Amino acid sequence: MAILGLPEEEYFSYGHRACAGCGAAIALRLITKAAGRNSILVEPTGCMEVISTPYPETAWKLPWVHGAFENPASIASGICAALKVKGREDVNVVAFGGDGSTYDIGFGHLSGAFERGHNFAYICYDNEAYMNTGIQRSGSTPYGAATTTSPAGKKSIGKEVWKKDLVHVLAYHGSPYVATASIGYPTDAYKKIKKAIETKGPTFVNILATCPTGWRTPTEKSVEIAKLAVETGVFPLYEIVDGRHSINMPKDASRLKPVEDYLKAQGRFRHLFKPERNDKAIKYIEERVKENLHRLTQCAEKCF
Amino acid sequence: MIDFEKIKLKVNDKEVTIGAVLESKGSTEKTKTGAWRSKRPVIDYEKCVGCGICWSLCPEGAIKKRPDGKFEINLDYCKGCGICANECPKKSITMIIEEK
Amino acid sequence: MTKKIMEASHAIAEAVKMAKPAVIAAYPITPQTHIVEKLSEFVADGETEAEYIRVESEFGAISACLGASATGVRSYTATCSQGLALMNEVLFIVSGMRLPVCMTVVNRALSAPINIWNDQQDSISARDVGWIQMYAETSQECYDLTLMQFKISEDHRVLTPSMVCLDGFTLSHVYEPVDIPSQKKVDEFLPDYVPYHAILDPEQPLTLGPIGFPSEYMELRKSQVDAIENSIKVIEQVYKEFNESFPVQIKDSRPEEYLHVEEYRMEGADIVLIAMGSVCGTIKVVVDKLREKGEKVGLLKLITYRPFPRETIKKALKGIKKVAVLEKAVSPGGDGPMYCEISSIFYDEKEKPGLRNFIIGLGGRDVTFDRIRKIYSMTKGDKGEKQEWVF
Repeated sequence: MAILGLPEEEYFSYGHRACAGCGAAIALRLITKAAGRNSILVEPTGCMEVISTPYPETAWKLPWVHGAFENPASIASGICAALKVKGREDVNVVAFGGDGSTYDIGFGHLSGAFERGHNFAYICYDNEAYMNTGIQRSGSTPYGAATTTSPAGKKSIGKEVWKKDLVHVLAYHGSPYVATASIGYPTDAYKKIKKAIETKGPTFVNILATCPTGWRTPTEKSVEIAKLAVETGVFPLYEIVDGRHSINMPKDASRLKPVEDYLKAQGRFRHLFKPERNDKAIKYIEERVKENLHRLTQCAEKCF
Repeated sequence: MIDFEKIKLKVNDKEVTIGAVLESKGSTEKTKTGAWRSKRPVIDYEKCVGCGICWSLCPEGAIKKRPDGKFEINLDYCKGCGICANECPKKSITMIIEEK
Repeated sequence: MTKKIMEASHAIAEAVKMAKPAVIAAYPITPQTHIVEKLSEFVADGETEAEYIRVESEFGAISACLGASATGVRSYTATCSQGLALMNEVLFIVSGMRLPVCMTVVNRALSAPINIWNDQQDSISARDVGWIQMYAETSQECYDLTLMQFKISEDHRVLTPSMVCLDGFTLSHVYEPVDIPSQKKVDEFLPDYVPYHAILDPEQPLTLGPIGFPSEYMELRKSQVDAIENSIKVIEQVYKEFNESFPVQIKDSRPEEYLHVEEYRMEGADIVLIAMGSVCGTIKVVVDKLREKGEKVGLLKLITYRPFPRETIKKALKGIKKVAVLEKAVSPGGDGPMYCEISSIFYDEKEKPGLRNFIIGLGGRDVTFDRIRKIYSMTKGDKGEKQEWVF
């Protein structure tokens, strides 16, 4: 039985210890529904690992393994090899981690696993900072966002450089399928994760997952903000299938909302407006968002 | 197959398992996280049309479909985040402050 | 039983092949490469069913082995020095998860300064990671201990990963006669791996690697420590079983009976040198020469290092007047690692030998006959400091 195209069965049980309004917990429900019964889950250290396995309790109803912070992709590689020898390559191997593990500390091993072409899907629940350790800056933190290690200050805009474009880096590893998704569009996210799992070879989905604690946003707005990120073009939704881009922004995104709406909705960008408006930074963000979207649409129309 | 009984052992008269292995049976349900909330969602079933958006977006997976096709919230686990209320297209869910 | 002249590295690759691992994940590092190259040839020629993962780092290697072992198959890797140091975080995790991963460490000095030659600093520095450690003196021991490590690690009373350590270059690249038993005999000694406590299988969903809060962490750690402590008996059993299944074929290629230690000419000895690895071959020659001149000296060679065979060593050193602990590793700011452990055995004993600590052979520095003779005479004559560096 499916509801809104999503299987009804839950493999990630309530009672887990995620904060109220946790976007990543929504992502995990989508990931595990897409993975389904015949799967092995691999997770690095991070929020979702800690909140789901407070020994002797576990939120999981599927095979699940956690090793360290850096190595979900390497562990997945070992699992793929073991399954091949056991003649069980029918089992889905699904690794998923936060942006800290995926963009930064585990990046080398992710690259290795993608270069070797193991048949596994890697999903990043992207809450754009090291949330488990208390909202420290990561390579995926957006420009201008305040975190506890890139706080706003007299001499600081917050995150000093643009968010790392990991999706394209992995596409250029020759991955047959990479995509971006958002908890603001759960059915779209579910379909992309499912496609990643069903596509043979190393695949990647980067799903934006609001963190009310870290983004300084009200718990009830987690989904709304994840939608706004797409509607303003800050976080465009697209797929790259065998190197070919296809943008699948929801229809209403063609009439983009102002980037400011997205920034104003979050406490982590508050310093761009108060005590006084930082036009230069806001302009820069708007320009980069527009330019990024332009490049994506170019790719979708012309390249390959 | 692993004989799970065999890997249980007593240390300092506390039961642990070899390598801290657990059976994936969703045992976090032992912990009623409902105690966390300060606000509670209340559904007005007149307005609810059973679209399931609340169900799809609950971070706890604490919303279940009722036989009549509408949805109910398991208050043992609801943390009162308010996403369901915020996202319901029919505005049929309101958050009320918990007074005890 | 076929006798071959082969490089110790290739003897290990042969043993690994015959142990039929399902997954090999390894990253090249001198002087371990001849092992992983030979294994790669076996894979290329279909001589093994193993899946070989060419990982992007040693951290990736041990992590892939963690994944494979957690999935319920026999997994193997090999490394040393900088690579073993890079694996360090995950070594603790593999032992904490009780995954019986088997590894070869081709002992090499640690940087800085960088040095590709032999000493035992790498594996000795990893003595607290919760892995069983055994040290080989000869190529035959390399082969034998590699077969045994799978059986020991996978025993459900143990379920503890293991390292077989051998000296880089001075042993790994040396050609010696090695006896290779039949695959049939090996299969009888080493049955297929059947997971006892952990598997990743949709038919039986398990959670591996949860978070341990203060309320459970100590008990979980104690259960792990108990297992490696108890493994001392299991290792003895496996040694015994190996001795029965595979009697010595080549004289002096290995001890007649594998035990935690090898006592060489210790009968009636006043002074005993303690050491591990290929240097023991050199020491045996010096002991023979000194014995010819009437000196009462012997060698105690350690094979099992973790778990540390305290009772065996105490019994072996009963009545010995002076003991010289030769180490190819240091603990900067502290006494020699092995020296500390040997002296703690005798701390509460009324009758205890004089104990000296000699640091030798770091970074590939040759340990010649003269240097061993010098150690003997300094021990006999009580000359020099408690810890002496013999350059």
